[in-house]
Amino acid sequence: MKNKIVTADEAVARIGDGATVMVGGFMACGTPEILIDALVRKNVKNLTIICNDAGVPGRGVGKLLSNGQIKTLIASHVGLNPEVAERMNTDDPGDKLHCKLIPQGTLAERIRAGGSGLGGFLTPTGVGTIVAEGKEVIRRDGRDYLVEFPLKADFALIRGTRTDTFGNTVYNGTTRTFNPMMATAAEYVIVGACEIVEVGDIHPNDVATSGIFVDAIVGGEKPWPIG
Amino acid sequence: MDVKSIIASRVAQELSDGDVVNLGIGLPTMVADFIPPDIDIVLQSENGIMGMGAAAEPGMEDVDVVNAGAQYVTVKPGGMFFDSATSFGIIRGGHVDVTVLGALEVDEKGNLANWIIPGRMVPGMGGAMDLVVGAKKVIVAMTHTQKGKPKILKECTLPYTAVGVVNMIVTEMGVMTVDDTGVTLTEIHPDCSIEDVQAATEAELNVGEHLKPMGSIGL
Repeated sequence: MKNKIVTADEAVARIGDGATVMVGGFMACGTPEILIDALVRKNVKNLTIICNDAGVPGRGVGKLLSNGQIKTLIASHVGLNPEVAERMNTDDPGDKLHCKLIPQGTLAERIRAGGSGLGGFLTPTGVGTIVAEGKEVIRRDGRDYLVEFPLKADFALIRGTRTDTFGNTVYNGTTRTFNPMMATAAEYVIVGACEIVEVGDIHPNDVATSGIFVDAIVGGEKPWPIG
Repeated sequence: MDVKSIIASRVAQELSDGDVVNLGIGLPTMVADFIPPDIDIVLQSENGIMGMGAAAEPGMEDVDVVNAGAQYVTVKPGGMFFDSATSFGIIRGGHVDVTVLGALEVDEKGNLANWIIPGRMVPGMGGAMDLVVGAKKVIVAMTHTQKGKPKILKECTLPYTAVGVVNMIVTEMGVMTVDDTGVTLTEIHPDCSIEDVQAATEAELNVGEHLKPMGSIGL
């Protein structure tokens, strides 16, 4: 079988300017920092980043933001990274960040839908709010729902605790977050793994993401403290 | 007793044995410190924990285990980790009994605003929009006013988090229920008169038939 183990720089080599990239993690817990660092070194610009949040300065997608690489950020919460407000409000059009805020459950489900062949779904979340603007409302059994559509990406950066050489991946604790859905919703999926083991070393009961979804594996990731 | 503890300790009394509960960041998180010893609840954290325990002891943190406020926490025996799609399936699916969260504004129709002040503060809604439409009971835990300005209004002025979802409001002045009849004061801080509470509230308050002193710890 194809050897998927590469260096971080090799793994991100095909990510070009303007790519759409999903990044796993929640407040950078569960974000593959070694892959983010490689993307910072590559210095590609005008990225659309899909991530739960903006991380914090110096952690997670916060590094891409500080380096001026993000054009559009699709997230549910950006309040803990003050650089987001600065870049949203800048007068310099080249430096301006477009931020699309999506309710967290809707974001997760849109990514899940993107990876699982659904054309969309109905959710009660956001009905009667500005989130509903421009969206179709469908009434079922006396309750209103918004029609939401799938999200996909060119790349997904996933953080695995243990990954075998096929790509089967285990997530420790609360590092799981958006990682399993993102691994199904992108064209090219890269796992930054804390530990790489042989096929068979992970019990099938414990595999959360199948290796079939994984295109490249990079070792050397580790558990990072927040901030 | 400080204002936040008055609020948090009163909210804690709303929780029943076996309830699945999601506590928001900040003041609502303090509710966990006041849960009576004979009450066992299951804390859900939207970043992927069922059965969340207390904050991790210094030096004992697992950096891979955080709550939705990115604080290091523990997980109780019997707990579970899951991904965000599963987490919000639990939330929207009506499997969370009570959610406790803060607010910028609440109005007499049960509308809630707590995620954006246009042009000034745009943190995002995070999981709040899902939590308030999905949880069986929505308790707003907040200070009664912001710099002297009422936060319980006839109609919210800020963009909604959700419409018609708030069931109860707990502030340092009292406890209010919200339903089709509007906002009803059911408990009052012993140092406040009904007039005091009304003066700090824009919405017209109904006074509960059995108005009683606020049941916070230490009052």
